[in-house]
Amino acid sequence: MEDLSTLVDWSRLQFALTAIYHWLFVPLTLGLSVIVAIMESAYLKTKNEKWLPITKFWMTLFGINFAIGVATGLILEFEFGTNWSNYSWFVGDIFGAPLAIEGLLAFFLEATFGAVMFFGWNKVSPKFHLASTWLTAIGASISALWILVANAWMQYPVGMEFDPDQMRNVMTDFWALFSGIAVNKFFHAVFSGWALAGVFVIAVSCFLLLKKHNREFAILSIKVGGWVGLAGLLLTMYTGDGSAVQVAKHQPMKLAAMEGLYHGSEGQGLTLIGIVNPDKTWDNDEPEYLGHIAMPHALSVLATHTWNAFVPGISDIIKGYTINENGDTVNTVSYQERIARGLAARQALADYDAARKANDRQAMALAKAELDKNYEFFGYSYFKSVDEAIPPVGLTFTMFRVMVYLGSFFLLFYVVALFLVYRKNLMDRAKWFWWVAMISTPFMWLCSEAGWCVAEVGRQPWTIQDLLPTVAAISDIPASSVVVTFWAFAAVFTLLLVAEVSIMVKYVGKKSAVNILSDNQK
Amino acid sequence: MTLEYLQNYWWVLISVLGGILVFLLFVQGGQSMIYTFGRKPEQRDVLLQGMGSKWELTYTTLVVFGGAFFASFPLFYSTCFGGAYWLWILILFSFVLQAVSYEYRKKKGNVYGHNTYDAFLFVNGLVGCVLLGVAVSMFFFGGDFTVRRGNLLTTCAPVISQWGNAHGFEAIFNARNLVLGVAVFFLARMQASFYMINRLKDDTRYDAQLRRAAFINGGIFLVFFVLFVTLVCLATGYTITETDGLTTDIQEVPYKYFHNFIEDWWIGLTLVAGAVLVIYGWFRGCFDNKFRGAVWFTGIGTFLAVVALFWCAGFNSTPFLPSLADPASSLTIRNASSSEYTLKAMSYVSIVIPFVLAYIAYVWRKMDK
Repeated sequence: MEDLSTLVDWSRLQFALTAIYHWLFVPLTLGLSVIVAIMESAYLKTKNEKWLPITKFWMTLFGINFAIGVATGLILEFEFGTNWSNYSWFVGDIFGAPLAIEGLLAFFLEATFGAVMFFGWNKVSPKFHLASTWLTAIGASISALWILVANAWMQYPVGMEFDPDQMRNVMTDFWALFSGIAVNKFFHAVFSGWALAGVFVIAVSCFLLLKKHNREFAILSIKVGGWVGLAGLLLTMYTGDGSAVQVAKHQPMKLAAMEGLYHGSEGQGLTLIGIVNPDKTWDNDEPEYLGHIAMPHALSVLATHTWNAFVPGISDIIKGYTINENGDTVNTVSYQERIARGLAARQALADYDAARKANDRQAMALAKAELDKNYEFFGYSYFKSVDEAIPPVGLTFTMFRVMVYLGSFFLLFYVVALFLVYRKNLMDRAKWFWWVAMISTPFMWLCSEAGWCVAEVGRQPWTIQDLLPTVAAISDIPASSVVVTFWAFAAVFTLLLVAEVSIMVKYVGKKSAVNILSDNQK
Repeated sequence: MTLEYLQNYWWVLISVLGGILVFLLFVQGGQSMIYTFGRKPEQRDVLLQGMGSKWELTYTTLVVFGGAFFASFPLFYSTCFGGAYWLWILILFSFVLQAVSYEYRKKKGNVYGHNTYDAFLFVNGLVGCVLLGVAVSMFFFGGDFTVRRGNLLTTCAPVISQWGNAHGFEAIFNARNLVLGVAVFFLARMQASFYMINRLKDDTRYDAQLRRAAFINGGIFLVFFVLFVTLVCLATGYTITETDGLTTDIQEVPYKYFHNFIEDWWIGLTLVAGAVLVIYGWFRGCFDNKFRGAVWFTGIGTFLAVVALFWCAGFNSTPFLPSLADPASSLTIRNASSSEYTLKAMSYVSIVIPFVLAYIAYVWRKMDK
């Protein structure tokens, strides 16, 4: 394994590629499934025939998107085995369970009732069909629940202990997986899907307005999409605030990277606009930013909900300053010491292994005690210097701002959209908004992907926080193999994405040329 | 529930999922008939409508099979998937192509034309069946790997499971593995033919063609399957004795799997019952022109035969993934499993399986009416 760092980089790239592509489709599935279910409910409740073609139109777009999400999801699940072999063994006892449950409880639900939703219009009763549409939406969200429980656990590993005989972690408390972080992450991700789907629905509806044949169809769709999207965005912001507090408590290094902050202070300001200095390191005297404008006290409030709280920067954390469970600033363990204690844990594990082979119970007990004392820093033993424990600051900093600013823009977007659609005929004349909606759509995806980028890049270099860095989580395969599969997946995913977008554009274009509501009644 | 009991329970569940998956591979079998039975556009549409209504079941079963294997036997997941990299990547790649093809092939604006998506489906039909057969065959004929948990203690190469340089190609080009791969491929095509006959009910236009296809594919399957079972019975395997999850003794046993079929007579009986049902379904399905339910006989027979092969590979102190490089590294249902706590937690979850199967059956009955 001479090319270890190259292999780690390409393995990360491949996983990132798959995850990024997967997340292009999943939020639309999560949000559009709810929107479609609401539309079909309106159809059954009001008996107004107009809702039927509206439901079917959005359901068709949902179906086109759903297929490719399924394809990329399969790769993600198996990549834990193919590319992260050590990870799969080290924490498979805990991590495998939510993945299996996702398949069993959610994926079958989604697939089975999804088939009824797409193909069952004339085969099952209207009520059964509506139930199937809702079950598809619920199945998609339950699927997300288990995946996000697994993801949250990687960032906040709880409910487990290390078994030195097997040299792996084993589960001790299944319910601990549903930590506050997991619950928050779930709602944050699912509601962001609602927000994204709302923008999509409004943008497509605006295109229909532009083509002039489907005014009523578009107005009704914008109302449903607007309310679901607005609710989703507000709840995403609320849970995002919760996430910030949790990150400050459990992953202070990620928060510091999000802010590009090296030296924290009490009443810490939040950088509104800034350029991170690429030459800045945790132990030099370079300025943190090449230029920046900050909002006083805002980071303290964001991280701890306290006006004057101390928020540690990267250098502070490396030296051992952080925030504890109660939100107080404490002097904990410096990163240098963490490396030393990680090495002590690894040595204790080696001693334990040797004693076990020699059947020396006393030596085993001694080594186990030493291991238990230092195990919380086990992952640090793979670092030669503390620099390796710092995430990419520039990318995390930038993506955080992309997410926040675009999210704020879309809040305004929804308010304007709903205002225009409810003020009599204003939407009909607001041609400028139609264009804003269509041009803004890709930025909603950028906003959503940026959120994941903050969450995942910001926690580097860990696959399991403090316990297993990426360098120790990989498979024993040549980097060249991963390079080949990376480009193969990149090519296929891109070709399929092009096909998906093209099919959607063609379908919407075709429908925009006729009156969908009356065309359906013919 | 003891750990040993839970390990057995989960191996049985994995076997059941494996059996269902191989049965459902008739979807892939049907896709591989695109250029034969489906040469005429009208027949291709009929064929792909049939397969398209079931593809998600096969796909979902594959996902659940992978997830369940990960949760119950993580050392297999980490060793085989990360080791036989190319074998699994090629399988996954083919399923990615399948996932979009049914939805996109007839849609306007699909960019590459329906022939491209049909070719994707064919590739998945061929590659999916053959390589999944190769993967299962490794349960008997082994893989080129070692497992050293102590590697975790090194910084330069901390990977526990290491595989030979070919990373799965050696398994693909192993003649014995390919025998099962070919057998699964022709089995899936036979099943697809019988499934179509069953699905088309009163529409007998394609009966003669489908029965002929079932006869030819079923015949080739039987030849390769008998050859595979013979090779398995003649193969030398290991008996591994373990105490507290640690290997204490390894013995090389000639005709190991034949012994397994005989010593654990219920495994042998299950295999025979499966084979009898497949042969009965095949024979009657090919020669009784009024008989449309052959797929149920061959399907249940397939399920039983696969389950028996899994049991033979994993029970009776047999490693279900023998290591060719280091017998002591071989994976057994004892040393590769999750902890007692996890297996127990997952066992509670597994109680929902009958309910899941029940609602799937209920929904499909409603849809097929």
